[in-house]
Amino acid sequence: MQEQLFQKKIDAEQKIEPKDWMPDGYRSHLIRQISQHAHSEIIGMQPEGNWITRAPSLRAKMILLAKVQDEAGHGLYLYSACETLGISRDELNSQLHQGKAKYSSIFNYPTLSWADMGAIGWLVDGAAIVNQVSLQKTSYGPYSRGMVKICKEESFHQRQGYEIMSEMANGTKEQKEMAQDALNRFWWPSIMMFGPHDSDSPRTGNAMKWKIKRKTNDELRQDFIDKTVAQAELIGLKIPDPDLKWNEERSSYDFGEINWDEFWGVVNGNGPCNEQRLNHHIKAHEDGEWVRKAAKAYAEKQNS
Amino acid sequence: MEATIWEVFIQSKNGLAHKHVGNVHAEDKEMALQNARDLYTRRNEGSCIWVVKSEHIVSSVPEDEESFFDPSNDKVYRHPTFYKMPDGSKHI
Amino acid sequence: MTDIEKYILRIADTTLILSQRLSEWCSKGPSLEEDIALSNISLDLLGQANGLLEYVSKLNGEISPDEYAFKRDEREFYNFQICEIENGHFGDTIIRQFLIDIYFKLYYQELEKSKDETLSALATKSLKEVSYHLRHSSNWVIRLGDGTQESKDKIQKSLNNIWKYTGEFFEMDELDKKMLKEKIGVNNKTLKKDWDKLVDETLIKAKLKRPEDGYMMTGSRKGIHTEMLGKILSEMQYLPRAYPDAKW
Repeated sequence: MQEQLFQKKIDAEQKIEPKDWMPDGYRSHLIRQISQHAHSEIIGMQPEGNWITRAPSLRAKMILLAKVQDEAGHGLYLYSACETLGISRDELNSQLHQGKAKYSSIFNYPTLSWADMGAIGWLVDGAAIVNQVSLQKTSYGPYSRGMVKICKEESFHQRQGYEIMSEMANGTKEQKEMAQDALNRFWWPSIMMFGPHDSDSPRTGNAMKWKIKRKTNDELRQDFIDKTVAQAELIGLKIPDPDLKWNEERSSYDFGEINWDEFWGVVNGNGPCNEQRLNHHIKAHEDGEWVRKAAKAYAEKQNS
Repeated sequence: MEATIWEVFIQSKNGLAHKHVGNVHAEDKEMALQNARDLYTRRNEGSCIWVVKSEHIVSSVPEDEESFFDPSNDKVYRHPTFYKMPDGSKHI
Repeated sequence: MTDIEKYILRIADTTLILSQRLSEWCSKGPSLEEDIALSNISLDLLGQANGLLEYVSKLNGEISPDEYAFKRDEREFYNFQICEIENGHFGDTIIRQFLIDIYFKLYYQELEKSKDETLSALATKSLKEVSYHLRHSSNWVIRLGDGTQESKDKIQKSLNNIWKYTGEFFEMDELDKKMLKEKIGVNNKTLKKDWDKLVDETLIKAKLKRPEDGYMMTGSRKGIHTEMLGKILSEMQYLPRAYPDAKW
């Protein structure tokens, strides 16, 4: 009965709010998805943070710092949406530290040159935005509101990345090489960000029925590829996929086979930076413990 | 060790009402205010911030919805369109 | 380089190097909220550095703001040594920030009165920012000083260690004197009394002990630094130096 009412509400495009009844599966799917999204924002600060102190101009430094700061902010919006489902940020953090919660595998690749700041903004944020735009319509109210805010703020992120790529692609010979190399390294991992094919994604069914997800992995991936190819061509970079070809009939690009062994390897902890990213996060958390304790002790003294 | 959660309300412009925008973790009032400022007004969104400990918010629950809000459904006389005005009346 | 250019570079370099140090905190803060706060302060300071370097660049007419930031060597930097010291733990960073925030606040209040209109306008804008920074840092000094025994011990030690870098705030060399005489610059010596007062106010609330004024580090006005500046610069300047023909 309750479940029928719930589904009726979903079908009528109404939002589910924290105190509304919801199936356990809906709640746990949301917690998994939102926390994964939040952790991705936070872990995602590291590969870009890696270049803040080496940004090559005052302008570039300001932009990158503001961008990485936004990511912390977006992580917070998402943690706070997740908390409305009855799980604390501390629990979410400890799930991350124990390896029980995932984050986007793309952040387990190293950033090796300044062009990687371009590639991340253009491709990684670009892919994330495609996903987030569709999630603005997700059925859970706090998640949807968080997404609206995030999309609004992130609109500069992709432009920032594309600007770097475009300037480097039109710069000196070395810069152009760095830009192409960054595209070569980040293209496939970006495509993988959308997750496994729909046919191999067992949870997609419920997520679509409950309107947590509004588009499938494959639909979003295709959207992204179709948007990005022309952008690469415009700045004279070559997408590293020999099978990439316009398909007139589908009005979309066909593309090559994704290396799923690599995908699952990185998801399961065997990427170039998995350990490093997690250890960095754990260390920051542990180093800050005395500070958090002091703040709590101070506040308690004020209240007593 | 759980941090305290504070709800954040921002007045975007002088004269407008404060609007709920989300929450922050903080231990004391000043920290809550500063964290809210840093998180929710990075793009010039505010002219005033309120922070309130989440535990102090009292909310109606979905089960209250019918008994709380339906009774006002049929009180159409509370709306100006309910009243018949003679043709040609002005400024009323 | 003219006198006024050098005078402005001192402030510009101080804000630039401090911003660079603070930006190292990104993704390492004790909480996400605090991570954002430190980035904000770093961004404010970078904005101040940028404004000041643009002004020097305009006065100079040849060297661009980026060239000032990325193409000078250690001996040509004039930032206070306190900005160079390593971030250490959160308490070290907060003490460094607190001591310099008070200085900035008092300094900019005076610089606002400068006969040089651009400097005065930059001071007005910066004053708003540093007032907020001071509120942030002094609140943390109090929380850590009056938090747990561990935090109290830690931050008292930070205070004792960093104190020797505060002498430079109040020095007056020939250039300072000249700028003061021309009503462009600030009388740093007279800032000391108010600085002491403001420091004491917060330290009392924080139940911390004020260190004695003993040996003070000096030299930045002549481009003499700690060994840490070279490492900061080699990281910060690496790309523009490695690819001198490239534009970024």
